Amino acid sequence: MSQPQLGNPGKTIAEKILSAKSGHDARAGDVVVCALDHLMATDGSMPMTIDYFDRMGGDKIASPERIVVALDHYSPAPNRQTATLHDQIRAFCKPRNITVYNVGDGIGHQLALETGRALPGSLIIGADSHTVTCGGLNAFATGVGSSDLAAAMISGEIWLRVPETIHVELTGALQDRVHTKDVALALVGKLGADGAAYQALEFGGPAVPGMSIDDRALLANLSVEMGAKCGIFRADKVTDAYLKGRGVDRGAPTSADNDAVYSRQVTLDLTSIVPQIAMPHRVDNVIPVTEAGDVPIHMVYIGTCAGGRTSDLHQALEILRTGAGFAEGTQVIFTPASRNIMKEVSSDGSLAEFIGMGGIVQSAGCGSCCGTCGAIPGDGVNVISTANCNFKGRMGNAHASIYLASPASCAAAALSGRITDPRGFAG
Amino acid sequence: MNEISIQGRARILGDDINTDYIIASRRKRDSLDPEVLRAYLLEAVDPEFAASVEPGDLLVAGKNFGCGSAMEVAATVVLGAGINAVLAKSFSRTYFRNAINNGLLPVVCDTSQVVEGDALSILLGTDFTVRNETRDQILNADQLSPIVRSIVMAGGLVTCFREHGGFPTSGVIS
Repeated sequence: MSQPQLGNPGKTIAEKILSAKSGHDARAGDVVVCALDHLMATDGSMPMTIDYFDRMGGDKIASPERIVVALDHYSPAPNRQTATLHDQIRAFCKPRNITVYNVGDGIGHQLALETGRALPGSLIIGADSHTVTCGGLNAFATGVGSSDLAAAMISGEIWLRVPETIHVELTGALQDRVHTKDVALALVGKLGADGAAYQALEFGGPAVPGMSIDDRALLANLSVEMGAKCGIFRADKVTDAYLKGRGVDRGAPTSADNDAVYSRQVTLDLTSIVPQIAMPHRVDNVIPVTEAGDVPIHMVYIGTCAGGRTSDLHQALEILRTGAGFAEGTQVIFTPASRNIMKEVSSDGSLAEFIGMGGIVQSAGCGSCCGTCGAIPGDGVNVISTANCNFKGRMGNAHASIYLASPASCAAAALSGRITDPRGFAG
Repeated sequence: MNEISIQGRARILGDDINTDYIIASRRKRDSLDPEVLRAYLLEAVDPEFAASVEPGDLLVAGKNFGCGSAMEVAATVVLGAGINAVLAKSFSRTYFRNAINNGLLPVVCDTSQVVEGDALSILLGTDFTVRNETRDQILNADQLSPIVRSIVMAGGLVTCFREHGGFPTSGVIS
């Protein structure tokens, strides 16, 4: 093992976590083999993982207690084939003591945050691109395919190229009716769909201490929409309070050195950010909501690992309750990201209020995000959504168009039936 | 294996071809079999594309090929259609890993001069050489890192684990 040498520059959070997990002085560009803290698969990726595991001659699982499978993509199973996949997953996991989160428990990434599996300083892989969400809690979390996950289940390890890091400095404070989703979309628009390819995004700056874990998880979540390997926040009092509130360990908080080397610095002044919208069919096709033109909206979607949290429904309701009801013919759907969130919005009355307005509630999970279960938009339908992807066909119909925006902008569209600036609603 | 040689006809695609375009997530509800899914390859880009693919064709894309989801069927469906390599200006990291692990060769090179139907040849030996035979041009390809090269030469990650019990160790610090 090589030792850090005097005079070496400092390290980013990504370099520090990969150094700790590889037992090496890991620097950007190095390839290292790392021990994993948490491995996650979904019902979307686990069936192929089982197949690779068998073909690799898989016998023993390195650390079954570190692995979970979330039945979130087909939640609930929409057909016989996917119900059969669930049975196959349960049959594989039970004798091997691998935890299965059941249909309706929620999205794997959200469950990792809530259950203490995503901890500061930990290294996480998940066979799902939005595993990066866990960076909101100071974890190095990255998405892989089913074959890498199978290899990691057998070996407990993964090879990784240590990424360069882009530092994202967040300054100022958000204006009324502007939300973290607008910040995330502004960043995606600025960097582009491959602007952070193969790199880590490290979020810092004076605005960060005031951001909730929901906000941080959202920014980390959209990192992959810029091609990033991971998006990471440092741990602080907000992180500690979140973990303590769930009765879990505070992990190994990891911050960057003052003289860490970054590939690029990007500054976003939150004060100047206005509501943003990603136009079809590209997540980086981002403009201010006010420039979207007169676009009728037929379906409003509040959900997914980007925008299906309690705070998202609360933000939407703030606007919704100022109006006289949903625009005629508009479907408004909420899919909580987890059962815990479903319970929160049930007990605080939000869910009843939403249902009373005419809202539709789906089982906790990935919902309509990628057309694997839940409502599917019809031909010619325009959807406004709190999700993170708007590729053509993403929600299960290539003849629909998906606009990505904040919960507030989604709510404003629900009331007016068109894309609408949420700042126009007093409340 | 010490050398990989692939020849084929260029099938041109654009920038940012995401995994949902390569194969729609909803298709996974019915089957994960590449032999079934190949009928829907790139249907969101061109519904006629899948039927026009001949075994041995090569995908030639712009930047950020395979962005979006990490789903591995997006790599296996390409192999299922008889396509053994994808050439692109850049790949998303998850697609690159999935391709390597399954024996689909991802080639990073400047694809801007390649035209639909051009005859291309790829030779991965000690070096990586890509030629456009139709236009008599060399396409400068990025060399593979040692660990990636050894997984490719093994034929993929399954073979690495089945025959060697783990990752190839060459090219890795620890």
